[in-house]
Amino acid sequence: MAECVRLDRSASSHTMDKSITLPPDEIFRNLENAKRFAIDIGGSLTKLAYYSTVQHKVAKVRSFDHSTKEASSDKLYEISMQEEVSARLHFIKFENAYIETCLDFIKDHLVNTETKVIKATGGGAHKFKELIQRKLGLKVDKEDEMTCLIKGCNFVLRNIPHEAFVYAKHADSEFRFQTTHPDIFPYLLINIGSGVSIVKVESEDKFERIGGSSIGGGTFWGLGALLTKTKRFDELLQLASRGQHASVDMLVKDIYGGSYGSLGLTGDLIASSFGKSATADKEFSKEDMAKSLLHMISNDIGQLACLYAKLHNLSRVYFGGFFIRGHPVTMHTITYSINFFTKGEVQALFLRHEGYLGAIGAFLKGAEEDNPNQYSWGENYAGSSGLMSVSPDMNPMQRARSGTFDMLEMDRLERQLVNLPLLQDPSSYIPDTVDLTEDALAREYWLYCFEEALDGVVKRAVASQPDMPEAAERAEKFSQKYRHKLQTLRHQPFAYGSLTVRSLLDTREHCLNEFNFPDPYSKIKQKENDVALRYYQKAIKSLEELSWEERQFALAQGVLAGNVFDWGAKARPWLVDSYDQWLERLKGPPHKCALFFVDNSGVDIILGVIPFVRELLSRGTEVILASNSAPALNDVTNGELQILTERIAAMDPVIQAGLREDRLTLVQSGSSSPCLDLSRLDKVLAMVVRERQTDLVIIEGMGRAIHTNYYAMLSCESLKMAVIKNSWLADRLGGKLFSVVFKYEVPAGKSSQCSPPLTRS
Amino acid sequence: MDIGGTLVKLVYFEPKDITAEEEQEEVENLKSIRRYLTSNTAYGKTGIRDVHLELQDLTLCGRTGNLHFIRFPTHDLPVFLQMGRNKHFSSLHTTLCATGGGAYKFENDFRTVNLQLHKLDELDCLVRGVLYMDSVVSGGPSECYYFENPTDPDHCIQRPYTLENPYPLLLVNIGSGVSILAVYSENNYKRVTGTSLGGGTFLGLCCLLTGCSTFEEALEMASEGESTRVDKLVRDIYGGDYERFGLPGWAVASSFGNMMSKEKRESVSKEDLARATLVTITNNIGSITRMCALNENIERVVFVGNFLRVNTLSMKLLAYAMDYWSKGQLKALFLRHEVNLTQPQKTVGALLELLHPS
Repeated sequence: MAECVRLDRSASSHTMDKSITLPPDEIFRNLENAKRFAIDIGGSLTKLAYYSTVQHKVAKVRSFDHSTKEASSDKLYEISMQEEVSARLHFIKFENAYIETCLDFIKDHLVNTETKVIKATGGGAHKFKELIQRKLGLKVDKEDEMTCLIKGCNFVLRNIPHEAFVYAKHADSEFRFQTTHPDIFPYLLINIGSGVSIVKVESEDKFERIGGSSIGGGTFWGLGALLTKTKRFDELLQLASRGQHASVDMLVKDIYGGSYGSLGLTGDLIASSFGKSATADKEFSKEDMAKSLLHMISNDIGQLACLYAKLHNLSRVYFGGFFIRGHPVTMHTITYSINFFTKGEVQALFLRHEGYLGAIGAFLKGAEEDNPNQYSWGENYAGSSGLMSVSPDMNPMQRARSGTFDMLEMDRLERQLVNLPLLQDPSSYIPDTVDLTEDALAREYWLYCFEEALDGVVKRAVASQPDMPEAAERAEKFSQKYRHKLQTLRHQPFAYGSLTVRSLLDTREHCLNEFNFPDPYSKIKQKENDVALRYYQKAIKSLEELSWEERQFALAQGVLAGNVFDWGAKARPWLVDSYDQWLERLKGPPHKCALFFVDNSGVDIILGVIPFVRELLSRGTEVILASNSAPALNDVTNGELQILTERIAAMDPVIQAGLREDRLTLVQSGSSSPCLDLSRLDKVLAMVVRERQTDLVIIEGMGRAIHTNYYAMLSCESLKMAVIKNSWLADRLGGKLFSVVFKYEVPAGKSSQCSPPLTRS
Repeated sequence: MDIGGTLVKLVYFEPKDITAEEEQEEVENLKSIRRYLTSNTAYGKTGIRDVHLELQDLTLCGRTGNLHFIRFPTHDLPVFLQMGRNKHFSSLHTTLCATGGGAYKFENDFRTVNLQLHKLDELDCLVRGVLYMDSVVSGGPSECYYFENPTDPDHCIQRPYTLENPYPLLLVNIGSGVSILAVYSENNYKRVTGTSLGGGTFLGLCCLLTGCSTFEEALEMASEGESTRVDKLVRDIYGGDYERFGLPGWAVASSFGNMMSKEKRESVSKEDLARATLVTITNNIGSITRMCALNENIERVVFVGNFLRVNTLSMKLLAYAMDYWSKGQLKALFLRHEVNLTQPQKTVGALLELLHPS
């Protein structure tokens, strides 16, 4: 059954803990702007959801108005900090014991008076209805649990890239995150509450409960309590994790003496659960009985799940409910059961935010008029707790379960994000080159790197706001927050999905934004752009003096050189070198349209990328320049690039004509990361790419072409260019610091080009 | 013999057409064994001969005689072997046909009393046995039957069912554990799946929960208990039917779900617990069977096995569950002898194998 377990009578006798004080900066943030509350009250945990508008600083650039002779200013363009309002979803999970304290806290901090209704779901909603109405003065509006659950599930699957994972107890990393298929439907959701509900979900609004079982979490809890005199669910699980089921269960070998070969049943297989307690006249330990019970129930659920999956021909099977909820023990036994019954054909999938599904769904029901599903949302790493392990021995940092607040924050993204239409297989595309969750050595190294670099980032952040005296204090808070995140990730690399260099960089950007450092590099970028612009005409002139073949090489070198501070003479062959094939290709017909993902400000964009683009335009190729929507490190933003191309167009008739004739187009990528996820790009970009029949994708720089997308397979020609600016990574790739990657690829079928592997030989 | 996880089942064919010459030639040991087996109905403390299911005047391989059914717990096998030693079984130079897991597990123990085991696959025996029993008992009332009106307790009655054209059928054997077979012909069947939640689980859990020690005791308690005090029903959660999903209020939402509450744990009786255990195990077998029937596209299900012995409660539950959840599509069939028999099919199958090797 879908319902969450109601409060055990003994549990409800807990005295409401009013002594805790809630730190308003960290929990229930932005309450003063909160509206649209929803609450999901389960057997032991309450999940509260609300929507808030967040005011934060953004960095904007604006061209000086040249007509008023302001141009005499020595600055290239004007940088300003502006206040912007964006939408955020907050989800907070806490123990039911704190519900009254939390409601009081909300009442005291809630300013918005428009809110009249709170959506509620979960088995405990009924019980606390009166309390909520009295404390908050809101009308409690009950929503169907299953509908909320499915809505929430669809939402997280669609908006959180690494939401689903496979659990592997004995692997190097227990959590293996899955790439979500762009089409999340159809799937099977097995919700294991006190009973089991098996739901087939076919589309956003179409789902059906196709079956269920009465043997579920309630059976484990109820029968377990009878057998072991242990009252609490968590304690029962702990007992089970220490037990040996073979002393209670009758195994195949107990009947056969070994395996039952002709049927392929191994000797260790359970023939009869609790079979030994029927024949042996002895005492059984609590641990052993709990373990036997856990196996019995997990196997039974797994078997039914497989039978339903087979009957309905479904291969994506997600498990949720309080029986699962992050418990390694149950995730392991369910996984084992699914593997056994499907012989590995179906994998048991679990969800990082499984506990929040009901609250998310209830919230979405209440927010339908805001059309939340029309937007893309992104997990805010700064405000979210991440996936916690609940096993105390697995994680020494782990807090006791009580007294803590788990949080999830989702930012509404300005732009709707979609796949790049040129991905060869969107369902198998993984942006990141190295999964640090699985590679312990790499993880150690990069966590160390980011920690070492933190002081420098803080200095840079403070320096970027010289007029603000409290910047130092804010920067210190940022530093604490990010350091804490790094520590969490050291112990729980799986906290936010697969740990990657990209996620470490993005987390840092989220934390910087959180403390109002939207663009620490703005002034540096401004200065470098200014300097580079002064050399532009000279650079173009010297390029034009070269022969065609010399010029092509100089242009490629220019992109590579612009991408690195210390460019010496780099003799070919490079570490990865398909320049000859590229040159051959250039001798052929021009491309129809090239999509260029740009990287840094300054020399890189102005003296490296633009001349390269200019050559493409001259060949008759249209060019789409894709740059970040918001700042990240010293990457050129779309706003900055608009100004820079205008300035260059004023000096260069080729660029000017390109812009005028709409053969050179600037689009924003939708990203604010130094890396690049081709499965989450601005919808407009995807549209332009399709309209212009793009047949070449160029990706430049270490973040976009090495840390991410090195292995990305595109359905058209692609060129990945980067200089490896990190000696550890260079060493890993079998090269030296400043080794060059020049990787030109033609998709299979169009040519026999093989890509060099990115592994140490 | 069928040596299972819990019980050993033995069939013995007693020829009744022995001529005087034959009798004279017969060795004394054989006579004494026959006399011992046929003149007693109990052997030692735990061995029982089910007299009521004896099949008389049966013709096997041209000989006419009676087929006897004897059972004893598997843990008393050493006692049986000791008896064999005392009665000089080995002097007969005969082969004992054996199936079940114990045929493999205890093979060496049989050797110590100089008995040669002819080991047979238990599922082969089961399929042959079921089909044979249906054909051999056809003289009297039909071996196979179903429950008419299974969803209406007042009008639920046993009706004979003719297994004239039995294939395909799903054969669900509920012993200590459960095996589910899809049978397409006498020699063509496959094991579809199985579950470890079977008769052994019922008895094992009952022993732990109520302190009982035999199957009969557990069943007796179950017949007096009320499972709805232990289980959480749909109506306990939703106040009635959960209409959105077509779930009736009486359906069990969570087996043992009420036992999460301390107060309710203290208010239930042992009988209630036994009943809930029986209902839980039986319904679960029913639901797995139903899914297998759908996946295999088979509409007839024959339930056999130890667990159903003197267990009308479970048979009616299964009949009900099959009918209700399949909306009348699935028919649950039972074998008449199951009511009293200690699962003779497999043992008979083993005997047949000895006489007519396939």
